[in-house]
Amino acid sequence: MVWNENIECMDRDTLRKIQDIRLKKMVDYVYHNTPFYRKKMQEMNLTPDDINGIDDITKLPFTTKLDLRDNYPFGLCAVPMSQIVRIHASSGTTGRPTVVLYTRKDLSVWAECISRAFTAYGAGTKDIFQISYGYGLFTGGLGAHQGAENIGASVIPMSSGNTTKQIQLMHDFGTTVLCCTPSFSLYLAEAIKESGLPRDEFKLRVGAFGAEPWTENMRHEIDQNLGIKAYDIYGLSEIAGPGVGFECECQNGTHLNEDHYYPEIIDPNTLEPVEQGETGELVFTHLTKEGMPLLRYRTRDLTALHYEKCDCGRTLVRMDRILGRSDDMLIIRGVNVFPTQIESVILEMKEFEPHFLLTVGRENNTDTMELKVEVREDCYSDEINVMTVLKKKLVDRLRSVLGLAVSVKLVEPRSIERSVGKARRVIDNRKL
Amino acid sequence: MVTKQLSIFLENKSGRLREVTEVLGKAGINLSALCIAENSDFGILRCIVSDPEKAYDALRANHFAVKFTDVIGINCPNTPGALSKVLNYLTDEGIFIEYMYSFANGDSANVIIRPSNLQRCIEVLTTKKVDLLAASDLYKL
Repeated sequence: MVWNENIECMDRDTLRKIQDIRLKKMVDYVYHNTPFYRKKMQEMNLTPDDINGIDDITKLPFTTKLDLRDNYPFGLCAVPMSQIVRIHASSGTTGRPTVVLYTRKDLSVWAECISRAFTAYGAGTKDIFQISYGYGLFTGGLGAHQGAENIGASVIPMSSGNTTKQIQLMHDFGTTVLCCTPSFSLYLAEAIKESGLPRDEFKLRVGAFGAEPWTENMRHEIDQNLGIKAYDIYGLSEIAGPGVGFECECQNGTHLNEDHYYPEIIDPNTLEPVEQGETGELVFTHLTKEGMPLLRYRTRDLTALHYEKCDCGRTLVRMDRILGRSDDMLIIRGVNVFPTQIESVILEMKEFEPHFLLTVGRENNTDTMELKVEVREDCYSDEINVMTVLKKKLVDRLRSVLGLAVSVKLVEPRSIERSVGKARRVIDNRKL
Repeated sequence: MVTKQLSIFLENKSGRLREVTEVLGKAGINLSALCIAENSDFGILRCIVSDPEKAYDALRANHFAVKFTDVIGINCPNTPGALSKVLNYLTDEGIFIEYMYSFANGDSANVIIRPSNLQRCIEVLTTKKVDLLAASDLYKL
């Protein structure tokens, strides 16, 4: 099903014309309303007249998370505060939180984008949504909430945590669509099994999972353990929150709502655009935002874009699965390591649970990695050598995928902390 | 003849063994025999208990990785060469011992064996008239 066929399936030439017009208007808007951008453009000897369409986008300055922090809290606001109706903020694990501001129109565009996502998952007025993203400053909860209401579904504003209640309401209310992080969905699957409630008493059929990178293997794991179809919903608070992109029933990429958020892929080192289809850093420019529009915001997410029409009929560009964030990337003994690589190795070996904790350290000036994994309960042996062989199998597989030695520690089931929000999978103890 | 032994996977960290014994104690389970095999990061606790099913449920309820393993208990005289004689029977039949543990008590000794081939092991020991311990007797020790 398609929510807004006129836009989502529009021919690409027309879409480009809309983007040309919107970009030109947006540059003019920020030049006159956001002092930060006016200053940046003046330093580059740019005026709004230099930007006549998307072809000129590479002339524009980049925006980074640091710019958002420097302008904390409301420095990038382009409207009087009286027009702002919602304020969200990132968790701010390092330094100040990142603040984002929405006007009434921004919220309605956001709801429109999430409605496209939920409709693509086959959800509609008859569905009961359980929103298990955290409600609050994090955009996940309220974002998914207003999207689900917008398509006319029934919404349970559950928020994260309280697993027992999650399962009880899911069972008693007949939840059909679950929205949460992929790691929390696996945790719920485990808890449902433990609750002893038979699966056929649940009506759950669809999952909308996002807010952290996940792999194709993890999708299979979720599909199987929860007995549902799991879809990716992509977003970041700086751009809107969930619903910047979404998967359709073909699941061969995440469609981006590029009529509102214009995507580019750049080489994170040279900052030049890459060839079409190549992997690089994803960059977004707001085309319609009023409250806090950003030009060429560097997401740090690494992916590639594909412009061929999708089998679902949508022409909206498709993004590959996020390989990782360029700032999630660990450099271990000079080798780039993404936590998602480790996740896919663990998931392809059926003997392990899909939870892990990687601790990075430094001994005698050499980086070390220690990986804790849980062995599946039915795969334990009471013979030490069988367990040692299993451990060696994982070490060998990791070495061939990462090109690095990882010290593996087998731990007891459920001893690795389960996340109720974004999973914390890596601890870096190196003091550089 | 076949005794149900509990095998519990334990991380090598302090206090873990105490927690197992605490769970069993609270469930009113008595330990008849136990041994631990370990390497640097984990260990496996093997034990014979008074009520294996109940112990299994109690440990599972407390999130321990526990499974049943079939073992054989024998009773042999507590004299020089007695165990050697039993092991000779097995070696001659090509049966390996994966692991074993034992304890002497007065004139006799109890030995728990995990052989490579359980059925064959029972046949051989029965033929050779080795004193096999009934599971129910072991649980009661």
